[in-house]
Amino acid sequence: MAETAVLSSGVAAPESRRRRNWVPYALLLPGLLWLVVFFVLPMLTLASQSLQEGNVDDGYTFTGNISIYADAFSQYWPQMLRSLLYAGAATLLTLLLGYPLAYFIAQKAGRWKNLVLVLVIAPFFTSFLIRTLAWRTILADDWPVTQWARKLHITDLLQAVGLTNNDSLLYSQFGVIMGLTYNFLPFMILPLYTSLERLDPRLLEAAGDLYASPWQTFRKVTWPLSLPGVVAGTLLTFIPAAGDFVNAKLLGNTQTTMLGTVIDAQFLRVLDYPLAAALSFIMLITIVTMVTIYVRRAGTEELL
Amino acid sequence: MIAWIRRHLIAFAALAVLVYMLVPNIVVAVFSFNDPKGKFNYTFNEFSTAAWTNPCGAQGICESLGLSLQIGVTASLVATVLGTMIAFALGRYRFKGRSGTNLLIFMPMATPEVVMGSSLLTLFLALGVPSGQGAILIAHIMFCVSFVVVAVKARVATLDPRLEEAAADLGANPTQTFLRVTLPLAAPGIAAGALLAFSLSFDDYIITNFNASPSSITFPMFVWGASARGVPVQVYVVGTLMFLLALVVVMGGQVVSKRRNRQVA
Repeated sequence: MAETAVLSSGVAAPESRRRRNWVPYALLLPGLLWLVVFFVLPMLTLASQSLQEGNVDDGYTFTGNISIYADAFSQYWPQMLRSLLYAGAATLLTLLLGYPLAYFIAQKAGRWKNLVLVLVIAPFFTSFLIRTLAWRTILADDWPVTQWARKLHITDLLQAVGLTNNDSLLYSQFGVIMGLTYNFLPFMILPLYTSLERLDPRLLEAAGDLYASPWQTFRKVTWPLSLPGVVAGTLLTFIPAAGDFVNAKLLGNTQTTMLGTVIDAQFLRVLDYPLAAALSFIMLITIVTMVTIYVRRAGTEELL
Repeated sequence: MIAWIRRHLIAFAALAVLVYMLVPNIVVAVFSFNDPKGKFNYTFNEFSTAAWTNPCGAQGICESLGLSLQIGVTASLVATVLGTMIAFALGRYRFKGRSGTNLLIFMPMATPEVVMGSSLLTLFLALGVPSGQGAILIAHIMFCVSFVVVAVKARVATLDPRLEEAAADLGANPTQTFLRVTLPLAAPGIAAGALLAFSLSFDDYIITNFNASPSSITFPMFVWGASARGVPVQVYVVGTLMFLLALVVVMGGQVVSKRRNRQVA
C-alpha cells in the first residue's frame, strides 16, 4: 500500500522529487538521531559496561573480563529458563484466548463490533500496575475463583503439575503466567483482529460449499490467512513478557523470579553493574536471535 | 438447544475472554469505594466515598500524578513531532537507506523494556548524566517515537496522492498543499499516535525505574512502592478515572472517525 502510493506520486512529479531529494533525509534526521543516541549507543555502553571491573565508589575500568558471562550463566540460568518458559506459555495462552475474540470482533460482532473493540482497547489505557494488583483480590483464597477451583479439583491438578505449591492460586507459577497472559492479551488481539478483518467471508462460504468441515475450513483457509497477525501478535506478546518482572513480583513468590527481576535488582540495589549489564546483554542477544529466526521461518519480514 | 450453543460457541468464547479482560477494571472500580481494614485494599470491608472526596489524601499521590502528566505531555509532544516527520519521509519519498530506517524504527519495539532501561542507565552513567526527570523524559521520547511512526505511517499509506496532485494543479504551493490537504488528512493517524505515546509514557514503570531519582517519583513508581507498603484506596480512584477517561476518548475517537468517513463518502 505504502509502496504504491510512493510510486504513483513519484511518477506524477519526478522533477520536483528529484530536485528536493534532501527532504526525506531532513525529515528523518532528528528522530533517527534521537534513536541512535538513546537506543543504539546505550547498547554499546551496555556491552562495554559488562566487560569492565571495579566498583561504584572507585569507578570502573575496561578489562575485557569475558568470564563475567560464564558467571552470569552459571548463577542465573534458572531465571533465564523461567523467563523463556513463562513468556512462551503466556504467548500460547494469549493466542488460544485471543483468537476466538479477535475472530468474533472481525467476522461475527456486527453492530457490536465497535463496542467490543472499545472494551478491548480501553483497559490497555488504564495503569497496568493497578490492574495487576486487582488480581491479588480476584484470586484471593476467599473469593469464588479459588473456591470453585478447589471444588472442581483444579487446584489439586495445578499442584500436581507443579504450577502451584498449595491449594491457593496466588503467589505461584500459575499466578505469574496468568498475569502475563492477562497483561499482554490486547497485544495479541489487535494484530489478529487486523488480519482477520481482511478475511473475505465468501472464502469461508466457498470452503463450506466445497464440503470442507468447519475444522478443515479453519485449518486450510482461516488460519493460513491470519498468519501475519499470528506472527505479529506472538512477537508483541513474547518479547515484553520475556523481559517482564512486574507479574513475577506482584503475583509470584521467591521461586518464580525471572531474568528481569535479577537485572533490576543487580542494577538498582546490589549495584553490581558489570554482572547486571552482562545479564541484560544476554537477554538482548537471546531475544534478537529468537525473533530473527522466527521471522525468517515465518517468512513475513515485511510485517512491520 | 445444543445446536444453538454450538452455533454461538465462538460468541461464548469471545464473551468469556472479554470478561477475563474486564474483571480487573470492575474490581478496581468497586474497591475505590472501599474502607479497608488494614493498609492493603485487597478485601472489601465497608462502603465509603472517602477516597473519592479526598483523592489527594494519600501522601505523595497527587505529586506523582502531576509529574507523570508533565512527562507524558512533553514526551508525547516531542515523540509525535519526531515520529510524524519520519512517517512522512517513509510514506511519501523514495530514498536510500529505507530498510535501515525501518529496522531502526522496529528495533525499540522488539527490545524488552528491561534492556532499554538498563542500557540507557549505562549510557547516563558513562556520560555522567544524573538520573531524574530529564533522564526519564529522554527515555520516554525514545520508546514512544517508533509507535508514533507506525500509527502515522498506516494513515499516510492510505492517503490518495491524487488529492495532493489536485491541490498542486489548482495552484497551491507545496507548503499550502501540506498544511491544507496532507496534514488534515493525516490528522487521525497523528492523533492516534500522540494518544498512544501519552499512554505509554504515563503508564511506564520498568524503563522509568532505571532512570528515576528519589525526587522524581512518577505515578506508576508510586503504585509500585505502594504495592509493598500498603495500597491507598486513592490509587483505585485514579485507576477508575483512567478507565472511564479511556472509554470516553476511545469511543469519542470512533464517533469522530465515523462522522469523517460519512463526510468523505
